[in-house]
Amino acid sequence: MAFKFRGGVHPNYMKSPEVPVTVMAPPKQVVIPMAQHIGAPCTPLVKKGDTVKMYQKIGDTQAPVAAPVHASVSGTVVAVEPRPHPLGDLVMSVVIENDFQDTPELMEPLTPAQLKDPEAILQRIREAGVVGMGGAMFPTAFKIASGRGKVDTLIINGAECEPYLNGDHLTMLGFPEQLLKGIELARIAQGVDKAYYGIEKNKADAIALLNSHDPAKYGVEIVPEEEIYPQGGEKMQIKTITNREVKPGGLPAGVGCCVISTRTAYAIYEACYEGKSVVERIVTYAGSALAAPVNALTRVGTSYEYIAEQCGGFVKTPRKLVLGGPMMGICCTTLETVTVKGTNGVLFFTEEEDRTVDEPVCIRCGKCINVCPMRLEPTYMYLYYKKRDLDMLEKYHVTDCIECGSCTFRCPARMPLTHAFKTAKLMLQARAAREKARAEAAAKEARK
Amino acid sequence: MNEKKERLIFDVTYQPQVRTVRDTQRIMLDVIVATLPIVGFGVYRFGWHVLLLVVSSMAAAVFFEWAYRRLLKKSITIDDLSAAVTGLLLIMVLPPQTPVWMAVVGDFFAIVIVKQLYGGIGKNFLNPALAGRAFLTASYSGVLTVVVIDGVTCATPLGFLKAGSPVPYTLAQSFFGAIPGSIGEISSFAILAGAAYLIARKVIRWRIPLSVIGTVACICLLFGHSGYGRFEWMLQNVCAGGVMFTGIFMATDYATSPVTIHGQIVYGIGIGALTMLIRYFGGYAEGCSYAILIMNLCTWAIDKACHRRQFGVSRADLAAQRAAAKAAKKEAAS
Repeated sequence: MAFKFRGGVHPNYMKSPEVPVTVMAPPKQVVIPMAQHIGAPCTPLVKKGDTVKMYQKIGDTQAPVAAPVHASVSGTVVAVEPRPHPLGDLVMSVVIENDFQDTPELMEPLTPAQLKDPEAILQRIREAGVVGMGGAMFPTAFKIASGRGKVDTLIINGAECEPYLNGDHLTMLGFPEQLLKGIELARIAQGVDKAYYGIEKNKADAIALLNSHDPAKYGVEIVPEEEIYPQGGEKMQIKTITNREVKPGGLPAGVGCCVISTRTAYAIYEACYEGKSVVERIVTYAGSALAAPVNALTRVGTSYEYIAEQCGGFVKTPRKLVLGGPMMGICCTTLETVTVKGTNGVLFFTEEEDRTVDEPVCIRCGKCINVCPMRLEPTYMYLYYKKRDLDMLEKYHVTDCIECGSCTFRCPARMPLTHAFKTAKLMLQARAAREKARAEAAAKEARK
Repeated sequence: MNEKKERLIFDVTYQPQVRTVRDTQRIMLDVIVATLPIVGFGVYRFGWHVLLLVVSSMAAAVFFEWAYRRLLKKSITIDDLSAAVTGLLLIMVLPPQTPVWMAVVGDFFAIVIVKQLYGGIGKNFLNPALAGRAFLTASYSGVLTVVVIDGVTCATPLGFLKAGSPVPYTLAQSFFGAIPGSIGEISSFAILAGAAYLIARKVIRWRIPLSVIGTVACICLLFGHSGYGRFEWMLQNVCAGGVMFTGIFMATDYATSPVTIHGQIVYGIGIGALTMLIRYFGGYAEGCSYAILIMNLCTWAIDKACHRRQFGVSRADLAAQRAAAKAAKKEAAS
């Protein structure tokens, strides 16, 4: 087992799994955005002045691609209003004043019979608001349900190939038994006999610990993987474990695979065995603006300003605030923003990490082509992007780009490659929408 | 919100937020380091004049790049060291008796005409150092087509091979560099040491050098030459002339070689084949620099023809696609 994909890079890992997980004291106030998943945002179920309990559902929607959101502290709702969201926009959020009681409102843990019933598990996964906690925040229940009948292989992503992040690794070390039970539940819900747990070899201690808990009993096989970025990419993970390649524009289910992340599996365990909804997770705080990296169990809705205080404040003025890992993470402009379910790291970067240049010039070294895990040709794609030649960009398969950032990381000339391809994809989408509108208008005209 | 002190607003930049430390400057520095054993051996064989040539040529190349960009009010790019590398590589392919002023003329041609007029680093379509050498050998053919050591004109091993007469140097002499020839080309040993460094530092990949040298070796073994043993003919062709140096240091020039993976192999084979074509049938005893210049011109065409299989599209899918296209064509024709 364990096949290889072509390309990839070896960034400086900067990991700190030796830093023990601390519990970040809940803040005075939490801000819970109603959009913490890909898909339709939830409608608030509470109003100003309401008393809420921890784990209580405070937002839901009837839309199929969605996951409800829950209160991460107990207390009083002081506002229901739009607040800054990590993805940039203002999003309707519920602001809760913490009473520091953490009065829980747990769901009933599933009965042993229900723990064997795929429907009951799926229902619970949805109710607990479980989403893809590797960062994409795709509603897990919808993912599993839509893959039924097509998926023959369940893959758990334990690569955690992004530098700095330790949450998955520490979950494996702290809760091996629970994690395996969570994977078993996901496997039952998906209706497959076996799950493969791909873990990078740099987490040898976690691999050994999980293997000592008899994973076969839970229908899980641990697959040690090469330490290379982007091993944790969904397509790379599928390629490594099954040697199947996801079709261009297709979904993992198209090749019979479903990939869920480590922390998602753990959330499934908590939802089914303990009745807890997703309100907290391990987040890594690091970067040269902090004195030392911190791994802390953090409530959803904690503001970065409060986090920075709890981490001992800044030793240097940060210039960038990166949400997620440094390879695929996005920048955030203000400290008012809060953590969400998909936040696996918050990095406070100063000039030290910055290696951009003013006038990048391509030297045609071809390293981008060597490292591209999707076998694309970034050099040429960038030239066509500069000319805004959308037809050629399409011909060079820019839509296949997974935006892993390997080419840009490796580029000695510091070209803004990933950024260009992201923009190119948006331009292609816009063009397709325009063409569709024009065709519709023409059809309407013809009908008259 | 009034009590809030200074409100921090952060920069927004494109991902990834981290990058490798290996930038253009470091790559060029690695190339300079890789040529050190070759320069050292050149000084040992031909005297201090070689060092003077190297230093003055590098200085001249950097000066021309700076002056051109200054005069045209463009950003100054001498920091990336690519001009220094061009000046250095030009000396490596010139014979030891080259006067300094001639090297400076070559630098001017390489930097200003070949590189900067087309937009500078990464935009030139000919290898600047080799184009500079071609320009010099065409302009001063009397001085530069022979090799003079200590005032004595010596015939190179390739000259003997061209004439069909026995080579008076053993294979060991050819390999370690006890032969007459251009400054950088004589010692295959020093060149291989430099190549090992470049490959270890991931500045170049093995694909181009191996396909150039491999093609030359295969053609030599296949066709041989009357009067020489096959292996002697092959090894002298690979070690004694410019194949080793140009195949490793010149053919791998980033701007002028293909970037696609299969394209690099096609390009290397093309250089090897053209080199041997010139050596067998052409007027020159040498041939790799012209072979490289010709293949430079094909680079973009090669890149356009050599795509890798798209991720997620299997060979069977491709065959099906092609069959469908064929059927559609037939349909349209009938």
